[in-house]
Amino acid sequence: MATLSVARAKKAQSAANQNNLAYLYLVPAFAVMAVITFYPLIYQVIISFTNFETKHLLRGLASPDLQWIGLDNYVKIITGGLPVQNFEFFRVLVYNLWWAITNVLVHVPAGVLIAVLLNTQGLWGKGIYRALYILPVVVPPLVVATVWRNIFDEQYGAMNQFLTSVAAFLGSTDPVRIRWLAEFDPPIPFLLPGVPLPLAYYAMMIANFWLGWPFMTLVATGALQSIPKDLYEAASIDGASGAQQFFNITVPMLRPAMIPAAVYGFTLSFNLFNFVYFMTGGGPARSTEILVTFAYDLVRNLRLFGAAAAFAVIVFFVSTTIFLITNRITRATESYTEA
Amino acid sequence: MAAATQPSQSSNPLVRLLNLNTSNEKGGRALPLWRQLLLQLLCLVILAEVMFPIMYVVTLAFSSQTTRPSTLQLIPTEFSLVAFQQVLERPTANPVTFIELLRNSTVLSFGVGAVSLLIAVSAAYAFSRFKFAGRQFLMILVFVPLLMPGVGLATPLYLLMNSVRIFDCGDAGLGFLQCAAGSGKLLFNLRDSLLGVGIAMTAGALPFAVWNLKGYLDTIPKELEEAAKIDGADANRVFFQIVLPLAMPQLAVTFFLGFMGHWQEFAMAWLFLSKPQDYTLSMTLYNMTGQYAQNIPWNRFSAMAIIVALPVAVIYMALQRQIVGGLTSGGVKE
Repeated sequence: MATLSVARAKKAQSAANQNNLAYLYLVPAFAVMAVITFYPLIYQVIISFTNFETKHLLRGLASPDLQWIGLDNYVKIITGGLPVQNFEFFRVLVYNLWWAITNVLVHVPAGVLIAVLLNTQGLWGKGIYRALYILPVVVPPLVVATVWRNIFDEQYGAMNQFLTSVAAFLGSTDPVRIRWLAEFDPPIPFLLPGVPLPLAYYAMMIANFWLGWPFMTLVATGALQSIPKDLYEAASIDGASGAQQFFNITVPMLRPAMIPAAVYGFTLSFNLFNFVYFMTGGGPARSTEILVTFAYDLVRNLRLFGAAAAFAVIVFFVSTTIFLITNRITRATESYTEA
Repeated sequence: MAAATQPSQSSNPLVRLLNLNTSNEKGGRALPLWRQLLLQLLCLVILAEVMFPIMYVVTLAFSSQTTRPSTLQLIPTEFSLVAFQQVLERPTANPVTFIELLRNSTVLSFGVGAVSLLIAVSAAYAFSRFKFAGRQFLMILVFVPLLMPGVGLATPLYLLMNSVRIFDCGDAGLGFLQCAAGSGKLLFNLRDSLLGVGIAMTAGALPFAVWNLKGYLDTIPKELEEAAKIDGADANRVFFQIVLPLAMPQLAVTFFLGFMGHWQEFAMAWLFLSKPQDYTLSMTLYNMTGQYAQNIPWNRFSAMAIIVALPVAVIYMALQRQIVGGLTSGGVKE
């Protein structure tokens, strides 16, 4: 009896020790994060309720003419009352979602098909193709965006020059001068009701396609390798054609790997700041602006700090909503794998 | 930023792919020749798509023409290093040398990577191995900043660091924040310094490192630690002599992935910095495109693009084996 209680006391003692040690291990990270991460997050919420502008920079929250304006910034952002041209919150939000979804819808099928192509038994030069197809993954996206921006240059860009030589081949002598990044009129006006999709959108889709599919091919190649070969053998003995095998074996077996990859691609495209900022800067007339580039413009160029803070808080809630949805999708596919 | 497991997700398939190349792919039925040729054609078309921008930039970079290209050229016809030489000697119109740009980018990317890793690792260990009151709450607290896109913290960080100033107040010596007797000469503003940008970058990198490393430490088997505890090692010794060495490969991988991301960091640097001698390579590259760069020859821009891309690409290739090793080797073979 006595020994038992001693043992129990010892156990409680060691649990308390472990507790303290755990907090000790947490101290460095949390001390730093408290100052540089959590405090700014709270500070952000505070200034989102003020009319903080450039003139308040010197004295900050102690400025005598700094006003508490409640939810005014939020209301202005949602209703389009900001002193900013060509900005409507819901148009930008819908465009942003459309941009992310269309990218994923193009990258994933292309990535899977190319992975299947490279997985063909007996294909010559597989190793070389695989090594070279990786290159877009290795080049920093920032460099990719600047290079593609020049490719889409109206006068000297490679894209128009390429189209010119194609046109010359077909018998036309006029040089092609498509204003890829500057033309505002949407080439297909009714594709997305209420949201104009200028040529710059298509130019960015092309550039981001170059950047995006190789990653999906990487993921799909890995997943293809884990599909047991006997499945295909059994199917071909039963007389299934190549297309039947693809849709009844390959696609379902790839799904558990491709859905998390698609979710990752969606999140990445949704917040693709560097790429969009370097390629179009959100233009022409803010028609290719996504939430993060507009948030940046509010603080970098327009210097409406209060509105920028409110906008960042809204972006946070949008991101959180998207995370909760995508997380549910990923979870659902996880249980699919186990089943 | 939102998906916490990004790096491991993005490198795993690479690993699989690399392992693939050496796997037994021979054998099986031979491809009929007509299909082989058809598929080869398809592969070559895809290859042309992949190589198009790369060859375009390489051709431009090795060209000595300072005028903009009037026709499309994808294969270098000359091998001139003039553009590289000019970029290295005088990268922009600003009074800043290439070495300074390189130093700024390197200091920022290595500094942020190393500091966030050093600070994060012990917290990641605590989350992974200890059970304590408030663990759940603190983990959610670490995850909250990850939901915020990187640019989302720019405003408060800008404002807070902008208020950290050091003045030369004449006879009164140095003044922090402001001089007692009116205005003095501004000596230092945390916002307008590389240190400030580094802190701003760390604000986002640190929670990410904690979350990421915790995920990795969870996968290290506990057998070794339990054995050491039975032999009488206390928790600190277990951490420093068993867990840290075991986690080294992953620490290196995390550091490298962080380096890749921070090397390209643009938003904070472009927002915070005003002095040309603090500029980074990515800022310079941005300055070389667009409407304000009409007089920058494209061969120089292309040379700069290659210079910015090269460290990331080369380290990626060179460390492939280590990254693979770091992801595939474990302490205990099961």
